[in-house]
Amino acid sequence: MKGIWVKIFAIFWKDLLSEFRTKEIITSILVFALLVLVIFNFAFDPETSVINMVASGILWVSLTFAGVLGLNRTFVSEKADAGLEGLMLCPVDRAAIYWGKLISSCVFILIVAFIITPIFLILLNLPLIVPRLALIIVLATLGFASVGTLFSALAINTRARDVMLPILFLPTVVPVIIAAVKATELVLESKPWGDMLVWIQIIVAFDIIYLVVSTLLFEHVIQE
Amino acid sequence: MQSKYNIIKCCLAGLGLVLMVAALYLVFIYVPTDKHTGIIQRVFYFHVPLAWVSFLAFFIVFICGIFYLRRKTRTWDTIAHASAEVGIIFTTLVLITGPIWAKPVWGVWWTWDARLTATLVLWLAYIAYILVRNYAITKEQGARFAAVVGIVGFVDVPIVFLAVRLWRTQHPTTIVFEGGLTPAMLLTLLICIAAFTVLYILMVMQSNSLKSIEAELDSLSAVTRVD
Repeated sequence: MKGIWVKIFAIFWKDLLSEFRTKEIITSILVFALLVLVIFNFAFDPETSVINMVASGILWVSLTFAGVLGLNRTFVSEKADAGLEGLMLCPVDRAAIYWGKLISSCVFILIVAFIITPIFLILLNLPLIVPRLALIIVLATLGFASVGTLFSALAINTRARDVMLPILFLPTVVPVIIAAVKATELVLESKPWGDMLVWIQIIVAFDIIYLVVSTLLFEHVIQE
Repeated sequence: MQSKYNIIKCCLAGLGLVLMVAALYLVFIYVPTDKHTGIIQRVFYFHVPLAWVSFLAFFIVFICGIFYLRRKTRTWDTIAHASAEVGIIFTTLVLITGPIWAKPVWGVWWTWDARLTATLVLWLAYIAYILVRNYAITKEQGARFAAVVGIVGFVDVPIVFLAVRLWRTQHPTTIVFEGGLTPAMLLTLLICIAAFTVLYILMVMQSNSLKSIEAELDSLSAVTRVD
């Protein structure tokens, strides 16, 4: 049991190292997420009261799209120079590859989310210190990454790799988006913990279900 | 083997025809008009069986997907593929008949009710199922990927349903009849469900044999290309 964690960590560390040398994924999705936020300000007049009603929606659309972009990149870099084949030749369980990739995707998206969210709060003049929002972001990101890693590995092996991931990913994460938007709305309105608990439960349930399902299915996605 | 399959198909076609004619008679002539919602309520006798068959179809996709990933037998994949195609057609019809009924009764074409949203998400997930298959590089890979998408998509539906139900709690639950089904209505509904289920089985069998012939043709043309 201890062995598998070492392997997962090794794969995660490899991704982290290559990301800190190229800074490819984090920079691109950060800029993208920021652009989505800015574009939304043109779509909705930020001066009116409408903005409070749509604020959490704006944040989650931006994070979801940034997430898709980031998840797409996780296997694109492996595809170049037959990196994926190299990974598959490693004497590790396929589940270890999945978890290593999952953790690195999670970390990349979280880094971006924790930069973009304060910017979002500042741009829309919302309260800055919202620790509960951090919890929602962490749980939702785990949900995104659990399905996203599976589908990203799948999409990379198809002919339409860039379109395939969003087509597969977006319908599946609908429950996470609904729950995250709703919970964020309640947090921004400073409602008590009890109100948002049910939404947190949905995200946690989604996370657990898809971590199990994806771990089981992953080996069927990358076998050649 | 092949002839036996054809005999079953012919029997089912006969049965389906009888049931369809009976269903049409029951829906348009026999069953009394609902006194609250009027004539439009008759859409219900098509809408509910279509919805039932869509869920059945996707359940079959899910089960066949699991078996395919375990056994790697092509038959499981062919059934799953056929069932998904038929399922998409039926779900599309559900999404068309639904608004036709909803506009006069609810006053809106569409509402983000749990059932409606879950059906729409299911439909989108299975469009992706077909696309994955088409965009895969090899046939075998397409089958594997499709099975994965079929399983993930099916697992998703209850979670979507739950999330949307909590999200839109203010929406009234779907009331088709006030005071429940009369025996005549229940009979009509059951006959319609039977008719559409037979139609579904028949369409899957037909699509299944078409796909076997296609596979045979593929293997034959592969042989001739080598020569």
